[in-house]
Amino acid sequence: MTDILKINDETILKFPKHVKFKYNEPRKEWVILAPEKLVKPDKIAVEILKLVNGERSVKNIVQELSKIFKAPENVILEDVKIMLQQLSEKGFLVE
Amino acid sequence: MTNNNGNGLKKASEHGIPAPLALLAELSHRCPLQCPYCSNPVQLEKKTAELTTDEWRSVIDQAVDMGMHQIHLSGGEPTVRHDLEDIVEHCSKKGLYSNLITSGVLLNPDRVKKLEKLGLEHVQISFQDTENENADRIGGYKGGHVKKLEVAKWVREVEIPLTCNCVVHRQNIDNLENFINMALELDAERVEIAQVQYYGWALKNRAAFIPTPEQLDHATEIVEKARVDLKGKIVIDYVIPDYYAKHPKNCMGGWGRQFLNLNPKGDVLPCHAAETIPHLKFDNVRERSLKWIWENSEAFNLYRGTDWMPEPCKSCDRKEIDWGGCRCQAMALTGDARNTDPACSISPLHNEIFSMAAKEAKSAPPEFIYRRYGVRFNSPI
Repeated sequence: MTDILKINDETILKFPKHVKFKYNEPRKEWVILAPEKLVKPDKIAVEILKLVNGERSVKNIVQELSKIFKAPENVILEDVKIMLQQLSEKGFLVE
Repeated sequence: MTNNNGNGLKKASEHGIPAPLALLAELSHRCPLQCPYCSNPVQLEKKTAELTTDEWRSVIDQAVDMGMHQIHLSGGEPTVRHDLEDIVEHCSKKGLYSNLITSGVLLNPDRVKKLEKLGLEHVQISFQDTENENADRIGGYKGGHVKKLEVAKWVREVEIPLTCNCVVHRQNIDNLENFINMALELDAERVEIAQVQYYGWALKNRAAFIPTPEQLDHATEIVEKARVDLKGKIVIDYVIPDYYAKHPKNCMGGWGRQFLNLNPKGDVLPCHAAETIPHLKFDNVRERSLKWIWENSEAFNLYRGTDWMPEPCKSCDRKEIDWGGCRCQAMALTGDARNTDPACSISPLHNEIFSMAAKEAKSAPPEFIYRRYGVRFNSPI
């Protein structure tokens, strides 16, 4: 494992190759799969994670989210960063 | 209660139980190692009875259609199968998250690379000790430990996440810190420190393995300290022998609630030890669909939910937490699978069994009975 990543506005995140964020059709739910782990992210986390693609910065993700949820960027920025930070500390996201 | 094939048992859907989360696929019972605590049944399946590649592909298709998330490719030793690559390829094609649980000793660098390319997501390698000689003695396989260390490196070279599965007991528990350090040196993401669980082969060898309460307390202290010191570096999962726990483990997350297990010939079991319960009748994927079996199989429905429970489980406020503990352990130690798991401190048999095990822990360990085909036992335990 690598050192803990500190996420800022410019950080570009992706899923490590052994972490799969996917929609399970028969169960009708989004899940994160990792070694010996199965996590069901809540609705907001799902919307955030759908935007993680190894190209968008945290700032870009927030811009997209602000359009989807019609909320000002500065209002959601901190919450998004906290959530991404937590997911990266669990090993589900890397730089 | 609704009628189910005339046996009067409620089905999975009538318990409100959704499709299972994961599948443990025992591809073969064949294994070059002979660990005396092996979780396989004492009656091992022969190669000729094993499911074919196409039959496993069909199982994978069905598992995905049901909504299962993960498959654990296990054994015996799953790498004895020359079609392991085909099975892994099919899992990734279908989007089933694959985990290989192996002793490692039959792998080579090319095969590891190939499995990675085909989409294998995670590898778990078993370790018997951290010292060559003792590790090879426990596994009954000369040169095994050195090979495992090599295999672990090959796994990390192709960047597959690695878990070190360390089975600990009184004959290696003093090396607990070394196990954790070994996992760190091998760049493992997780290390499982699992005390031997006493079913099948392990139960026959219990006197050789069971630690004293003092050894166990010391081990727990080491693990707790390491978890703090190594936070963010490695995940440490720890399983204590449930003889020394206050509450029984909620085995498999409850009987027939979250997981299913296929043995090499395609019998579908609620857990890998379920064949130790002699009256259970298993359904087979050669005759029934996986979905039908999960919903209807008597072996699953017999101990689902809480209706089957006798006292003291029936009136216990933890009955939907522990689900009565482990049916196989109840069978092995009390002779009746419906009884409260004697690992539970409320079980009327707890003290008797605990004191017998504690006495074994303080006596000199007997010789191992190694896991082999065709071993005859003089008397059942």
